[in-house]
Amino acid sequence: MTVLDHRHLAAVPGWLPGATGPRSDPAPLLPDASPVRVLGTPALDKADPKLLRELYRRLVVGRRYNQQATTLTKQGRLAVYPASTGQEACQVAAATALGVDDWLFPSYRDTLAVVSRGVDPLEALTLLRGNAHTGYDPRAARTAPLCTPLATQAPHAVGLAHAARLRGEPVVALAMLGDGGTSEGDFHEALNFAAVLHAPVVFLVQNNGYAISVPLTQQSAAPSLAHKAVGYGIPGRLVDGNDAPAVHAVLTEAVENARTGGGPTLIEALTYRIEAHTNADDATRYREDAEVAAWREHDPILLMERHLRAAGVLDDQLIQEAADEAEALAARMRAEFHADPELDPMSLFAHVYAEPTPQLREQAAQLAAELAAEAEVHNR
Amino acid sequence: MSTATSLRTSTMAQALNSALRDAMQADPTVHVLGEDVGALGGVFRITDGLTAEFGPDRCLDTPLAEAGILGTAIGMAMYGLRPVVEMQFDAFAYPAMEQLVSHVAKMRNRTAGRMPLPITIRIPYGGGIGGVEHHSDSSEAYYANTPGLHVVTPATVADAYGLLRASIASDDPVVFLEPKRLYWGKAEWDPSLSVDPIGKAVLRRTGRSAVLVTYGPSLPVCLEAAEAAKAEGWDLAVLDLRSLVPFDDETVCEVVRSLGRAVVVHESGGFGGTGAEIAARITERCFHHLAAPVLRVTGFDIPYPPPMLEHHHLPGVDRILDAVARLQWED
Ligand SMILES: Cc1ncc(C[n+]2csc(CCOP(=O)(O)OP(=O)(O)O)c2C)c(N)n1
Repeated sequence: MTVLDHRHLAAVPGWLPGATGPRSDPAPLLPDASPVRVLGTPALDKADPKLLRELYRRLVVGRRYNQQATTLTKQGRLAVYPASTGQEACQVAAATALGVDDWLFPSYRDTLAVVSRGVDPLEALTLLRGNAHTGYDPRAARTAPLCTPLATQAPHAVGLAHAARLRGEPVVALAMLGDGGTSEGDFHEALNFAAVLHAPVVFLVQNNGYAISVPLTQQSAAPSLAHKAVGYGIPGRLVDGNDAPAVHAVLTEAVENARTGGGPTLIEALTYRIEAHTNADDATRYREDAEVAAWREHDPILLMERHLRAAGVLDDQLIQEAADEAEALAARMRAEFHADPELDPMSLFAHVYAEPTPQLREQAAQLAAELAAEAEVHNR
Repeated sequence: MSTATSLRTSTMAQALNSALRDAMQADPTVHVLGEDVGALGGVFRITDGLTAEFGPDRCLDTPLAEAGILGTAIGMAMYGLRPVVEMQFDAFAYPAMEQLVSHVAKMRNRTAGRMPLPITIRIPYGGGIGGVEHHSDSSEAYYANTPGLHVVTPATVADAYGLLRASIASDDPVVFLEPKRLYWGKAEWDPSLSVDPIGKAVLRRTGRSAVLVTYGPSLPVCLEAAEAAKAEGWDLAVLDLRSLVPFDDETVCEVVRSLGRAVVVHESGGFGGTGAEIAARITERCFHHLAAPVLRVTGFDIPYPPPMLEHHHLPGVDRILDAVARLQWED
């Protein structure tokens, strides 16, 4: 008989479950039963005050950035803006946990993480403004383009991390995605590849409760999204996503673990999307105001102010300085978005290929002729 | 004939919503599934109110996974249901491509006709709404190049209703492409008129000089171009294909033979696009009736551009009239 059935397999050493034992022990892979917190716990005393002040400053500036960008959509200056208001702690921590040579793979909601990483705030917005797809140089910023198709950037992060390791460079890739994105096949394939390749990559899921209108309960039946890691053989961590020092600590640990050969980690940060999905969304159709109000009480900036003041880390002067910096950024955004951007229609044909095809050259000539004719009519 | 009382005025989005509701009422095996189709009613509100009326088993908010949605729909159809799937945006249907190409399109053939899949896959497509990357693709050529799929696209409010009812009733899988920039256009239509079978083109405007052959989002542009052409002394007919697969060779050839000049217009890129197929078919069948080569007016062969530049990419009235001028009028 050529077909192997269970009895035949039993004859093959090491084939049956138990024969080789589990490939990794699930116990240390399981996420913490309750989310990691720093604010309001003894861990806060051990945190570096300088770091805490820096996190606070970035939160405040980030909040203002979110507000100003949202206002710009109302004025028609941005085509769309998926605000990360309420999620700033995740955004800021993503940037502060990475080293300059590490890579960030953001989703469309992670503009603020990109800005917090040092990309110019206006260049980070070109996609959402509508004048160009990616306004920054991914290599210079070590930040992939904002990714719109959900979870599709996760395998890229794995590949990049793998490549860096092959070159012997201590680079870590951080892939950011939402709770909804964890349902996509690409997410699962990325986790599995990362685990099998032992790639230095960290996955940060910002669980903000909803994928547009769909609540987490309809997205996943897992005890937590962090649990999803265990089946792939990598650790899952659960953290309070509105506790900036906690997110920073958990991410930093995962990044350093990856850097020193410990392999990938999946982190679920529990947070909330205060604004609607985008300015085009009507959140009243699927969620109650009371829920939003409760989360406003658990606001990342509020939490920092409350606990850092009590700990003597934050004073009026620092609060004022952060507010001033935030206002200055908002003013810069308003000023630079006040005018329409300079656009070059011929840029349509740039960068489709390294070398344009003859057909593209022809089409470019066609557009140039059209534009010339238009200009002539205009000047007459 | 229609009676005055049955006339309705609505947007294309509302007509699609009516078609889904009426189909669900008429046939309990019709199930809707997709991302955000429940409480939200879909990001374009096409499924508005269906979960409230029919319950979440009939109109199901799924996890966010297009391959999973379509793959699940395949299983549902194998067990006797008629799933109507919503893909949220054109470019977000691509994760489901494997299920679509390898399974939806081929199941009838692979099973020697024993397991047809009556699935309707609704995909909002095309540009012109100021969407950022991945929200404006025209993917009809991919689908039309996949044997086993029907590919239809309405351009009017009435057709949105009629074609969707026909698609849901079809025993074959239908990729139902909704031109999203026409969603909010209002018109009067008559739901009591019988639903045409899919596969029939319709002449939207008669003319004596040449015919513009088009579909979906480009139909209003062609009608506008035909109006504008009058100033040049050209009397243009406009033919709305409505269905790319099956393709209505008969109607197309009849019109082209009588006029001898044709321009195919669509907004997706021209290279390897549906316009190439249409031009080739016309040439093969109507060569001796043609006074000029069949021309194409299409979008450029570039990834869909950022919204602030999209108007340079999308074929407009001027580009169509330029092509009409090139139809060798001196002959
Ligand atoms: C493959 C794919 N399918 C659908 C969409 C449309 N879409 C954009 S955002 C979104 C919800 C995403 O939710 P989640 O992953 O939780 O992230 P959040 O928006 O909450 O940050 C959907 C369905 C998409 N961008 N990509």
